[in-house]
Amino acid sequence: MKLLKNVTAPTQKLIRTVAAVVLVYILMEILIAAGCISSLIQGLLVPVCTYSIAAVALNLCVGYLGELSLGHAGFMCLGAFASAYFSKLTADTIPDVPRFILALIIGTAVAALFGFLIAIPVLRLKGDYLAIVTLAFGEIIKNVMNVIYVGKDSVGLHFSMKDQLSLGMSVDGKMIINGAQGITGTPRQSTFTVGVVLLILALIITSNFVNSRTGRAVKAIRDNRIAAETVGLPVSKYKLIAFTLSAAIAGVAGVLYSHSLNSLTATTNNFGYNMSIMILVYVVLGGIGNFSGGIIATTVLLLLPELLRGMADYRMLIYSIVLIALMIFNWSPDVQKWKAVNGLTLDGIKARFSKNKEVQ
Amino acid sequence: MGFLTYLINGLSLGSIYAIIALGYTMVYGIAKMLNFAHGDVIMIGSYAVFMTMANSGLPAVVSIIIAIVICTALGVIIEKIAYKPLRKATNLAVLITAIGVSYFLQNMALLIFGSNPIVFKSVINWKGITVAGLTISGITIITIVTCIIIMLVLTWFVKNTKPGQAMRAVSEDKDAASLMGINVNATISLTFAIGSGLAAIAGALYCSAYPTLTPYTGSMPGIKAFTAAVFGGIGSIPGALIGGLLLGVIEILGKAYISSQLSDAIVFIVLIIVLLVKPAGILGKTIHEKV
Amino acid sequence: MKKKLFSLMLVASMTATLFAGCGSAESATEGAATTEADATTEAVEGSWKIGGIGPMTGAAAVYGNAVMNAAQIAADEINAAGGINGYQVAFNAQDDEHDQQKSVNAYNTLKDWGAHAILGTVTTAPCIAVAAEANNDRVFMLTPSASSPDVNVTNGYDNVYQVCFSDPNQGTASADYIADNAIGTKVGIIYNSSDAYSTGIMTTFVAEATAKGLDFVDPEAFTSDSNQDFSTQLTKLQSEGCDVIFLPTYYQENSLILNQANSMGYAPIFFGVDGMDGILSLEGFDTSLAEGVYLLTPFAADAQDELTKNFVAKYQEKYGETPNQFAADAYDAMYIYKAALEDANLTPDASAAEVCEALVGNMSTLSVDGLTGTAMKWSTDGTVSKAPKAVIIKDGVYVSAE
Repeated sequence: MKLLKNVTAPTQKLIRTVAAVVLVYILMEILIAAGCISSLIQGLLVPVCTYSIAAVALNLCVGYLGELSLGHAGFMCLGAFASAYFSKLTADTIPDVPRFILALIIGTAVAALFGFLIAIPVLRLKGDYLAIVTLAFGEIIKNVMNVIYVGKDSVGLHFSMKDQLSLGMSVDGKMIINGAQGITGTPRQSTFTVGVVLLILALIITSNFVNSRTGRAVKAIRDNRIAAETVGLPVSKYKLIAFTLSAAIAGVAGVLYSHSLNSLTATTNNFGYNMSIMILVYVVLGGIGNFSGGIIATTVLLLLPELLRGMADYRMLIYSIVLIALMIFNWSPDVQKWKAVNGLTLDGIKARFSKNKEVQ
Repeated sequence: MGFLTYLINGLSLGSIYAIIALGYTMVYGIAKMLNFAHGDVIMIGSYAVFMTMANSGLPAVVSIIIAIVICTALGVIIEKIAYKPLRKATNLAVLITAIGVSYFLQNMALLIFGSNPIVFKSVINWKGITVAGLTISGITIITIVTCIIIMLVLTWFVKNTKPGQAMRAVSEDKDAASLMGINVNATISLTFAIGSGLAAIAGALYCSAYPTLTPYTGSMPGIKAFTAAVFGGIGSIPGALIGGLLLGVIEILGKAYISSQLSDAIVFIVLIIVLLVKPAGILGKTIHEKV
Repeated sequence: MKKKLFSLMLVASMTATLFAGCGSAESATEGAATTEADATTEAVEGSWKIGGIGPMTGAAAVYGNAVMNAAQIAADEINAAGGINGYQVAFNAQDDEHDQQKSVNAYNTLKDWGAHAILGTVTTAPCIAVAAEANNDRVFMLTPSASSPDVNVTNGYDNVYQVCFSDPNQGTASADYIADNAIGTKVGIIYNSSDAYSTGIMTTFVAEATAKGLDFVDPEAFTSDSNQDFSTQLTKLQSEGCDVIFLPTYYQENSLILNQANSMGYAPIFFGVDGMDGILSLEGFDTSLAEGVYLLTPFAADAQDELTKNFVAKYQEKYGETPNQFAADAYDAMYIYKAALEDANLTPDASAAEVCEALVGNMSTLSVDGLTGTAMKWSTDGTVSKAPKAVIIKDGVYVSAE
């Protein structure tokens, strides 16, 4: 504890969050080894990491940059396809571990590059207009991904945006990206360990970023752009940096996603506006600007529909009701007042417990 | 010849987008929230029309009126339960709740009506008019006329009536409006009632033009209409009409002359270009920031 | 602060649910079986557990629900007739929302339930994802409707068998039929470029059409996000002078295409594949629009044989709808499991892996009669030897076009 006192408050918070993640990781590993965890929960570990990273990425954009993005699934899509393409192409030539690391770098870089290119026009807009343009970019990415055909044969790589036949491959040709059928047979290397390591990395990077000089400038721009401009901050540059970083981290989530499934396709469900909105739900429910809250909200909302499987036909209906109820419970000023009056806030509960201790 | 046919096709599609966008833009303009559940209210409206007309044999006009009543009530209830508690919270919280409402309506409809698609019986039996070999279908003409009527009535309502002026006041500044003695909650409820009533009309016309109805029918037109509303300048009532028509024409021409595979991408690219040139849409007001 | 409290509460409840998994396997099984009252037969001690995976909510729900309903009917019939090798069958349907990730979750749920084998998944892309898992775990899968060769042949998954015929099969057969019977002089194609099934068939159709020297124009596409308006595609094909239009798409879209072509006054011959089946029983559809439409289908709901009549009557009675070919394939799938398990002479004591090894061994030796084909046989790569048969719609019913 003494050690903690020497570091700044944000770092303390980061250390606590990372420690909590590591603790959960160790606990889960022990329980898995003990055979206590169902296959369903085991199967959900990697998705939880994936979408937690995505939530961290979007939180950076929404919470610190202060801009609503409805296109982050598009960046995930780019990261997923770029890395899966690389992994599939080099599946026979590069050994597993370096290949995954290279795929990770490529996926992140591609997402970052597009994030950068998209940010240039997008960040000139404001509010809901910015949101709709990011949504538009997400949809464009998804649509274009569905018409890309890449094949490989003895001659080399073939590329087309029309159909498989216009590739003109010889008989020994193998499809790498097959239009709407996407990429099949990506090596599955996203384990829980990899997911947790990447999540912790994402947390450290974002936390350091938001507390760095650049990050403080970004927050200043969010709170008052005109004041920030007046004191001479290069507003566009800082916004660009933050948005690119956010896209890059979303790309990491994409890499994790594509390497956890054997079949990668770009549909409305996984990379369309639906998913962008779902990631936003995780962020808002967890608390805008609160990274650890986002991770908890992601975990809850990913597990909820799975744990409701017993409800059969009513599953998604109950899920939607719970979502509405959670939002009202968590955000409504009236409910918050009610909680404060009844001492149901964290402080209230703490106070109650400490009183008990004193009595004892 | 080919071009004119495509243009008419584009206007047909665009008129449908426009009528949905009107409801969207109305709610956004006053309550300043993106009501992602609007598309699903349209779906409920369509089912209401289908149930009353095809199953109970009522005339089209009567069934549309019943659907308007149902949707209006639904809109007010949704607003009371899901949106009102969050009126003072951040806009994003309401946005997320709207998504929850959207899921709720879809899954409710799935339980009640099942997943099998229903072929909607058109509320309009007029074949349309043919000029110089080009046919403009009855549904297109009626949709455009309906759009224009709704647009004019809404504009008149907002400009010249007491509740309309209250809406404009709420849209400008909620706190100031309530200080002026305007009942902000009632005004916003009224906005939702009108928006949802319009959704019923939009649903009847949408499903008459594209007659397959499933519990998920509303979600994509909802997003397209949102795009159309932004195109025209979200919050602007004539903008919704123009945005909708333009979106339809661009989509069809893009499909016809560039690539049918990439038609979605083309629409969105044009949207981005328009917004870069006119950052508040075609007819949108640019709000100047106060220093 | 309130949020922190909220998070704490959630963490507490999550931990509780995690540890709930630590309870005895038996109680977990019972829980899954009893709460699934709607879609599951009660799993009695020592019964066969067949798990179904498919979209039951979301835009593809219509296919998943058809499969689950029909599989349940088959399971009930089998149980009434004494079960498989004397043991009752429990069927547990899990929703995957037509999403790969959710599909794997559904598969894991079924694994926890103790499923002996999987009936599914219904749609192609999720099926590939689940097939990879099942191949790893050695769990047998029989998919009623995922038609891509990627689910078994291309990836070498020896444990995944199909009831429907495969995409290449259908594309090739359609092109052959159009060419051999000279249905028309110029072929147009409209397909869904964002759907794996549709693009898969389109690709093989185009390949075979090229090989056969069929005159066709560049395929026209639409996407799942804009699948309402087909006027442009139809106008283009009309101006190109196409007199046959090949539709490797589902009946929902096809009904709109037929409708819009009709209102344009464009009347080419439409040629669909198995996705076209179901169009005649679409509620409110004007069947005269489908007059003269060709389609490849293994199943006709109005066929007069006893098996079909019985199935259709039961389905209508229970669910108030006319079954489509997805339902028929699923019904057959359950009976194929019965035949295979009886042939292997297994009892529910066998683990999923034992069932898998036995069925991988004996599927290619079986010959099963069903709704969607007589004497269905499988090759060891998992594909079924069902010849796609062309039918034509006359007076609102299917008539063999052979």
